[in-house]
Amino acid sequence: MEAIDQIFRTIGLWFSNFLLNTLGLPVEVAGPVGILVQALVVCTFAAVTFLALTYTERKVIARVQDRIGPNRVGPYGLLQPLADAIKMFTKEQTMPEVADKMVFQLAPLLAAIPSLMLFAVIPYGEGMVASNLDVGLIYIIAIGSFAEIAILMGGWSSRNKYSLLGAMRAVAQMISYEIPMVLSFMGIILMTGSLRLNDIVVAQLVPFLLLQPIAFFIFLITAAAETGRSPFDIIEAESELLAGYHTEYAGMQFGLFQMGEFLGFYAQSAVLATLFFGGWRGPEFLPSWLWFWLKTWIGVFIFQWAFRTTFPRLRIDQLQAFCWKFLVPVSLLNVFVTAILVKFVPIVEIANGVVTGPLSKGIGGWLMTIAIYLAANALMVLLVAVLYRGEVRRTVSQFEARVDSGVSPAPTPAPKVTDREAVSA
Amino acid sequence: MDALFFYLIAIVAVASALAMIFGRNATHSVLLMVVNFAMVAMLYLTLGAPFLAAVQILVYAGAILILFLFVVMLMGNDPGPLWEQLRIQRPAGLLFTVLLIAGLVPVATMANVTGGQALAPLSDDPKVLAESLYSSYLLPFEVTSLILLVALVGAVVLAKRSAYRTEREEELHLDEV
Repeated sequence: MEAIDQIFRTIGLWFSNFLLNTLGLPVEVAGPVGILVQALVVCTFAAVTFLALTYTERKVIARVQDRIGPNRVGPYGLLQPLADAIKMFTKEQTMPEVADKMVFQLAPLLAAIPSLMLFAVIPYGEGMVASNLDVGLIYIIAIGSFAEIAILMGGWSSRNKYSLLGAMRAVAQMISYEIPMVLSFMGIILMTGSLRLNDIVVAQLVPFLLLQPIAFFIFLITAAAETGRSPFDIIEAESELLAGYHTEYAGMQFGLFQMGEFLGFYAQSAVLATLFFGGWRGPEFLPSWLWFWLKTWIGVFIFQWAFRTTFPRLRIDQLQAFCWKFLVPVSLLNVFVTAILVKFVPIVEIANGVVTGPLSKGIGGWLMTIAIYLAANALMVLLVAVLYRGEVRRTVSQFEARVDSGVSPAPTPAPKVTDREAVSA
Repeated sequence: MDALFFYLIAIVAVASALAMIFGRNATHSVLLMVVNFAMVAMLYLTLGAPFLAAVQILVYAGAILILFLFVVMLMGNDPGPLWEQLRIQRPAGLLFTVLLIAGLVPVATMANVTGGQALAPLSDDPKVLAESLYSSYLLPFEVTSLILLVALVGAVVLAKRSAYRTEREEELHLDEV
């Protein structure tokens, strides 16, 4: 078991040994070469994951919509992603005459590369992290913000009003949803006292989903919004904006935008697994990297099934109102309550390198901690429900009115909000 | 190896800064500023301060410059009448540049540059930085946060008033119709 668990590390050690001793390279050369090879492996993993993601996405959506999905190329349509890739590579690259040439061509690259960079800090298994950065969580948020720049560049340089509108919406949405997302991390940072992703996994004797359910749901929503997936896909709402910021892109340039989106979304699922599902922790019968991989794919499936296919698209003013009037206050409340709780029921107390605290005292300690945190979360939900009862009642009565009328749902009186106003609001 | 990285990063940083200042296309200037800030972040990384690097990217490239980009892209590229409108800008700019150089040169010559040793206490952990921020530098930290809060409230007040005014104007306009 131990051997399988550490198989990738063993290969890595063997490789650096090979470079140093068999080839006899000096340390100054072998070090960078080893890092480059490591980066190459991570990038290859990301590329293969991209192919798998396009396939599963289409299959899951098809299932929910009572279709079969891709089934022509290969058994069960498994070779469809490869066919798509060949199509992407052989298609003509087009560019509008009036486009800002350099920015137009740089934008897809800037969309794809940061998503690959996210893969560098994720702990894939016990001891399996390419770069165990001190500030892993902040790194993830910081790198994620490059996607916004790429979208703005793509939208602006196309000289197309739909592209520019899509880019504006994207940035307004992403900047807003970044705030509750960071605040949802705060509870976990308070509990573990570390920004290192690997430390957070080590501290997770119990999956933090059980201790921070509110933060979990806030992260789920904001992660879907950050990656611009439906119901938050007004960025590329095809019925109003053609395809938003990537309307003018074709061929592999479009493919790179797509890759940035999908890999960003896979990275968010990996963060979800790391922070809330216990990362690579799991019962002994499976190696830790397999546990992590499975948990990440559970996250992917949640995003595909519970978000992508279930909810209709929102309007921009609804999006902004939901973020600023609901998610931000609730996540602040969660941070406040968690900060108090951590003082009384600490999760991790590391003394002389040994983890102590209630969680390390067996089942009884676990149950007590979980019960206290769940009770606090239930109280918070009650408080929020009381504070937002007016909103809830209005929504319910609107819904009932639609059901009673039996005809096509009456369109809610949409306030005349243009994109520009919604952005400033 | 470190020296090679340093010179690569430094050349790109200086080149992007110069291109940003002398470029006539406002959007390109903002994008070059992003490059410049990313390079500065990489310099922090080579000095062993990953927290500063991540915050540099997060705050500057990720938030402030995106708002810059947003505004510049909405206004369009044409410098138009704004260009050269402020006649005092050039002499004032010259004056402040001279003052800045007069301040920088003595500091740079006096400082004992030892290649990142001054930053060593920061390199361990964000915790170290947080402890010094909240103990020895508590007052400046709180004053800064107060200033930022005032700016935030001010922005909200300004935005609110203009929204109110457009609402009033709309009402008046409707009455006329």
